[in-house]
Amino acid sequence: MSDIKITIDGKECTAKSGQTIVEAAKANGIYIPVLCHFDGLKPAGTCRICTVKVGGRFMAGCTTPVAEGMRIDNMTPEIEDMRKQIIEMLFVEGNHMCPVCEKSGNCELQALAYRYKMMVPRFPFLWPKREVVANTPKLYLDKNRCVQCLRCVREIITTDGKNVFAVKERGGKTTINMDEKLAAGLSDDMAMRAMDICPVGCIIRKEVGYKVPIGQRKFDSKPIGSEIEGR
Amino acid sequence: MSKPVVATTSLAGCFGCHMSLLDIDDRILQLIDLVEFHKSPVDDIKTFSKMCDIGIIEGGCCNSENVHVLQDFRKNCKILISLGECAIMGGLPAMRNGIPVKECLEEGYLDGPTVDENKKGARIIPNDEELPMILDKVYPCHEIVKVDYYIPGCPPRADLIWEALVALVTGNELKIPYEVLKFD
Repeated sequence: MSDIKITIDGKECTAKSGQTIVEAAKANGIYIPVLCHFDGLKPAGTCRICTVKVGGRFMAGCTTPVAEGMRIDNMTPEIEDMRKQIIEMLFVEGNHMCPVCEKSGNCELQALAYRYKMMVPRFPFLWPKREVVANTPKLYLDKNRCVQCLRCVREIITTDGKNVFAVKERGGKTTINMDEKLAAGLSDDMAMRAMDICPVGCIIRKEVGYKVPIGQRKFDSKPIGSEIEGR
Repeated sequence: MSKPVVATTSLAGCFGCHMSLLDIDDRILQLIDLVEFHKSPVDDIKTFSKMCDIGIIEGGCCNSENVHVLQDFRKNCKILISLGECAIMGGLPAMRNGIPVKECLEEGYLDGPTVDENKKGARIIPNDEELPMILDKVYPCHEIVKVDYYIPGCPPRADLIWEALVALVTGNELKIPYEVLKFD
């Protein structure tokens, strides 16, 4: 792969052709927030948190490949506020009860809200009616918290190639459904993987809740993205 | 110059935010030098007798009385602050928002596991005119009246409450360290 030159917020960066904007930024110590994206998974581009501006147009940084001479705007006030709005919309669009959620402190949506100092969403709460599915031995699915990132759909696949999670309906009615039989047959490691890959508290591994005390959780003392920016 | 006057109340909350306010430890002595408390559970003053500078609201609105108190605070306070997750987004009480009120009342007073098995026939859903009416759902304060500032947390960290109050009273810029802004 040949090196190509791009700029991010005016800073000259070297990227490899074939990299996405998010990957190239990361390799150069620049954080572009992601929520639906996960290293190693094929990008889905569903959440748009990684929106950047290239040549005056908004693009999803996780799906757009870099090209020679690209000038990328990342941290401008306009883009940062747009990202904050997306976070706020996700908070009002579901039922996100941080105080009672087992994922609190390890939740990427919450961590993004901390990073963007969300004191209150600017949009009215929608209080949708969502289902909780708890009839499998290892996992429960609380759809109140789902942000439809599709990470679980892409990652949690049985050894014989079957999807444990799948999308039902489309648009505003989209929900993630779990195949109860396949979920029951998941190994302990794979069940834990399902919880860990979920950026929110939608997929929860039973019987391990609140194991890590407050103060020691993933995002208690360090903002999300600081591991990339600190390099 | 006279001291800024502060009023506080707990609506559909658990008083945890007020506890966290008291958790500022010995800074409470500085606080009473800095402000004067008016209507508040802290000093048990029940009614407004003058205009207050700052009103601090814990809890969201789950019944008609909460709404009246909140509107009273808006009328009598120049600045209104939503303190804690319940005031900001409904919090734990808002977990009933997906359930019809009728079902909630039936579960609480007629069919719930904590209701006395032997008094099945005698059970009623209380409906006295003295009792506040339950709202269709639990509302965050800013969906009822205009709210000026928000202090998140469940409860908000004592340091965050302290820094926010001092910044507001002294007019200095509020710097929020990452560790104190939390939703849990």
